[in-house]
Amino acid sequence: MIDAALFSSALGALTPILFAALAGALCQRAGVFNISLEGTMLVGAFAGVAGSWYTGSVWLGVLTAVLAGTAYSVILAVAHVSLGGDAIVLGVAINLLAVGLTSFLIRTVFGTRGTFSDPALRGLESVHIPGIADIPFVGEVLSGHSVLVYASWLAVVLLAVLLYRHPWGLRLRGIGERPEAAASLGVSVTRYRYGVILAGGALCGLAGAQLALGNVTLFSENMTAGRGWIAVVAVMLGRALPYGVLAAAVLFGLAEAFGFRLQGIGLPQQATDAAPYVVTLLALFVSSARIRRSRTREST
Amino acid sequence: MRTVGVTLLAALVLGAVLLAATGANPLDAYWAIVTGAFGPDGIQDTLAYAVPVVGMAVALAIPLRAGMVNLGGEGQLVLGAISAIAVGLHTSGVLGIVAALVAGTLAGALYAAVAAVCETRLGVPLLVTTLLLSYPAMSLAAYLVRFPMRDAGSSLPQSEQLPPDVRLPAMGTGVTVGLFLIVAAVAVYAVVDARTPAGFETRVTGWGPRFAQYAGIDRPALTVRLLACSGGLAGLVGAVVVLGFPYRFIDGALITPQYTWIGLLAALLAAANPLGTLVAAVFFAALTSGGFAMERATQVPRELTAVLQAVLIIFLAAATGLLRKRRSPA
Repeated sequence: MIDAALFSSALGALTPILFAALAGALCQRAGVFNISLEGTMLVGAFAGVAGSWYTGSVWLGVLTAVLAGTAYSVILAVAHVSLGGDAIVLGVAINLLAVGLTSFLIRTVFGTRGTFSDPALRGLESVHIPGIADIPFVGEVLSGHSVLVYASWLAVVLLAVLLYRHPWGLRLRGIGERPEAAASLGVSVTRYRYGVILAGGALCGLAGAQLALGNVTLFSENMTAGRGWIAVVAVMLGRALPYGVLAAAVLFGLAEAFGFRLQGIGLPQQATDAAPYVVTLLALFVSSARIRRSRTREST
Repeated sequence: MRTVGVTLLAALVLGAVLLAATGANPLDAYWAIVTGAFGPDGIQDTLAYAVPVVGMAVALAIPLRAGMVNLGGEGQLVLGAISAIAVGLHTSGVLGIVAALVAGTLAGALYAAVAAVCETRLGVPLLVTTLLLSYPAMSLAAYLVRFPMRDAGSSLPQSEQLPPDVRLPAMGTGVTVGLFLIVAAVAVYAVVDARTPAGFETRVTGWGPRFAQYAGIDRPALTVRLLACSGGLAGLVGAVVVLGFPYRFIDGALITPQYTWIGLLAALLAAANPLGTLVAAVFFAALTSGGFAMERATQVPRELTAVLQAVLIIFLAAATGLLRKRRSPA
């Protein structure tokens, strides 16, 4: 029931969510509520598949995904930061635009409907880490994933260092907490918010690439299937802290992998499909109850 | 109003560029959308599609009027539909129809109220609770029509067909008298919004939550009430849809057409104003059903209309933001 393969599949499942949640956390820290992660990830997934297909190189595919995610997030940056449009309205519209646009493009570019896959389409190969791969259990869990899985762990550390050990991070957090104060100290709020949204777009592009070229090797309409929304929740659950977000993503990945495993003992697929959302909601209850309890303790 | 006109024009120009890029004549394509949506053949399709979209738009507009976003419309819609089927399969006659509609409404209302209580009592934001609760509801319905409620004579994940006397009378292909129920819901919303204390409290909360609190409005109670109304209407929409052709619950049939998200866009576009929401929802429904005609006439994928809708909202959100910025230079 609980073995190395379970944890290994959880790692694959959580990577797209982790990338997107890091994007969300970065934006949150600069005071941008970004709910367009789902759509940006979908655009990244499409661009990754298209890039890999036309160039024949999966690396150029990943690069295309990153560039497409970044370019797509310009919409939010311009409309929200420069023009002052509502982030929630824009987020919902950007997500729907991504569904429409990729469904439109899959028909005009690939000439098919629903799903595009081809034996010639290159996906990400799994990496066997010498030394670790041979350790029983640990090797089975940690080795044999796509490069992007390891990159996502690196991204967690990078974000933590950036936020807490670099002047940029200090200014970024200042903008998130008191934009007026940061602006009065000469920090360009606009420039930093553009930066986090575009960097978030790149991260969502990586999320899409892992989804469409790592976990599977195909693109299908609406294949993100709510992962971007789970990332939004993971940001909330992890309080936009890099390691907190990682923990939330791990929780979700484990719930998904464990639910998949429960199907093996006869639980219907629909029950296990719902499990990650229920687990996430319960975790939110617990974490918000703890915060309120500590608040009441402070006030008394 | 002028802003809407200008952004609509901008979205149409962008759509024309996209159309030209695929090699189609933009004017022909737009003409095909208009004739397809409102021509003698298309108007039925438009109406059939408009009923759930308008219903969901108003359902989501109700809490939006107070600045609360219900992202769980899909779950409430599906739960209402499956409950209506469950009741409808075991009843008969007009009473059965009424019971099925009531069951759908209650199921949606209760489920949305649970999400509201999660915010007011447990402190998890409404945006998140509604969204997260949506997925288990869809999974539950998917499970029910695959196992306990499955149509034994079919290999598809769908429920059995409702008996002939527990169906909403049809008024043409795809349109039932459920249309009047939805129109009535819009009318009730418009009257409550404009003429009653409850509507006023809701709008005041939308203008400024802190001011509303100062004025003595009980926000938790309002949240639960608004969400119950919102979910109830979403559930009713689900019931109305399944009590029409093909008179059964088919897994995914309420999700794939994007009723909920298009409805939410319409409500957002109109800032939850009752008449505006109705107009925007009908406009989006016409655009979508016109898209099928455009695809037949020009071979341009109909998904283009979904792109147009989203682009329109993005432009409008940006334009409203810009106007607000100009008025109050921060």
